[in-house]
Amino acid sequence: MLTFILLTFFFIFPPNDWFYKWNKKFKLDLIWTNKGGILILLGLLTFFLFGLTDENFKLIALKPDNVPIVGLIFLVAFFTWLSMKQATENDKRIDNNEKVNEYHDPDDKVLTWPDLVYIELIALVLCTVLLVVWSIALPAPLEQPANPTLSPNPSKAPWYFLGLQEMLVYFDPWIAGVLFPTLMLIGLMAIPYLDTNKEGVGYYSFKQRKMAVSFFMFGWLVLWVLLIVIGTFLRGPNWNFFGPFEYWDIHKLEPLTNINLSDYIYIIWFRSGLPENILLREIGGFILILGYFLILPPLFAKTMLKKLYQKLGNFRYSVFIILILFAMSLPIKMYLRWLFNLKYIIAIPEYFFNI
Amino acid sequence: MLPLDEQKKPENNLNNPEEMDKSSGNPEELQQESSDSKMNFGEKNDVVPDSPKVPKTMPEKDLTKKRASIGKGSILAEPIKRRSFFSWLTLAWLAFTAATGTFFGIMLRFMFPNVLFEPKQTFKAGYPDDYNIGEVSVNLKEKYGVWIVRSTEEIYALSTVCTHLGCTPNWLKNENKFKCPCHGSGFRKTGINFEGPAPRPLERFKISLANDGQILIDKTKKFAYEKGQWSDPESYLMV
Repeated sequence: MLTFILLTFFFIFPPNDWFYKWNKKFKLDLIWTNKGGILILLGLLTFFLFGLTDENFKLIALKPDNVPIVGLIFLVAFFTWLSMKQATENDKRIDNNEKVNEYHDPDDKVLTWPDLVYIELIALVLCTVLLVVWSIALPAPLEQPANPTLSPNPSKAPWYFLGLQEMLVYFDPWIAGVLFPTLMLIGLMAIPYLDTNKEGVGYYSFKQRKMAVSFFMFGWLVLWVLLIVIGTFLRGPNWNFFGPFEYWDIHKLEPLTNINLSDYIYIIWFRSGLPENILLREIGGFILILGYFLILPPLFAKTMLKKLYQKLGNFRYSVFIILILFAMSLPIKMYLRWLFNLKYIIAIPEYFFNI
Repeated sequence: MLPLDEQKKPENNLNNPEEMDKSSGNPEELQQESSDSKMNFGEKNDVVPDSPKVPKTMPEKDLTKKRASIGKGSILAEPIKRRSFFSWLTLAWLAFTAATGTFFGIMLRFMFPNVLFEPKQTFKAGYPDDYNIGEVSVNLKEKYGVWIVRSTEEIYALSTVCTHLGCTPNWLKNENKFKCPCHGSGFRKTGINFEGPAPRPLERFKISLANDGQILIDKTKKFAYEKGQWSDPESYLMV
């Protein structure tokens, strides 16, 4: 399922011309029409309505904690569709040399008062009403007093941190808990300095900034929302992976024996013991990591991202590609874990350094 | 007589629309003031007020106040003497230091409470015969945070803190493993990590026999496998 999403993602949100061509060929931009939107909505609705007939699914989906996540799925789908619909409509208008939809005569301006303030006021009132009704209808679940020697099973972070918790399954705490969140913040702050494309300011457009929209959507939809959904619906007792309609059995047995890359290299391939020297032991991991961050950027600069490299220049390209490589390292590590039971590429528990 | 520039000030203000806005915002008022001040301070000047609204005499204090608010002059009526400024500064710094010092003093005191509700770090855990061979005892988990495991030859005390992020794993008897509910780390009965993200095995505590034959566990001393400390004779108890 995740593989399917990862494979189709860049065709739905094509980052460059090559993907864009295929996107057009498969007519995938039809998703962003009214018909496409209704189909998505119907698909989601049938899935949930059908799902609610299943006892196990019902238990999870209707738990007061999880109701907002169900809402989040619908809302994220709706707003993604809405913005992409407006973007594709604008793209067509731009192709026909027309003014974009957001353009207001005579001089492309709207008034703050009353145009904006009225909308804000209405939104504010409606939000308050919604929160009040919600808190009355679905009371927050109370549990026993906290006990440091007793972790609830499964122990779940607040929903907005479930993505982080899912990352922590694949990485050492200092990477998934410190380095990645920091990089996310820095990366988001760096966007306006990296992406100096002046097109698409003040209106929705996809064609004029394919790369920016595509990479942002990848980070948001796949690396954040999808991980939250997985953490909410598919992670059960003992943090085992459960299918959407599976009973959450505490005694579910999953063979998850993980081994490090150094074990792979020395024990399985060379059939010798691990060397005493730590650096020698982890040399394979170091070569892989350094190669990933030192060889891939110039390789991309010469091939796929040639145009981008010329446009951004040396420094900004380096920052950009390093951020992208960090973002891609999460799905890569997930796959390594699933396919090869690989625990850490570099494992030096003696100095709390594991990657 | 006042210095020349002081006399000129009101007029300057009139010429400068920006400063005028700052001081009062009403040009008419300013005009009145300026003519007033001229009348009072330039004694030899016989300036007749243009408008009949202006009162002929204004109290002296009012005038100084108004003049002070216009232009760049000091707001304080009396200038501070250098010596008193330094003594006030010293006093302020002393007060600040005292307040900060007290605050951190109280904080420090807070770290050493009069009564501790934590269980002792060193405790007796019954006789070796209380533990069955091949079993994991979870009785002391809730109070002291240890599992006591007896294998065929030795008894050891495992820490109940997951080495990944510090949740408390559960002992799953049927699966014969410790499993952490937070991120799915798994440990064997020996404490060795084998699944999930935990980077290193569970820690063991110092264990010995007390004089009365009971097991004595000292949680202040830990033994980590990856540092080769499990071979330390203090980390296990031969039976």
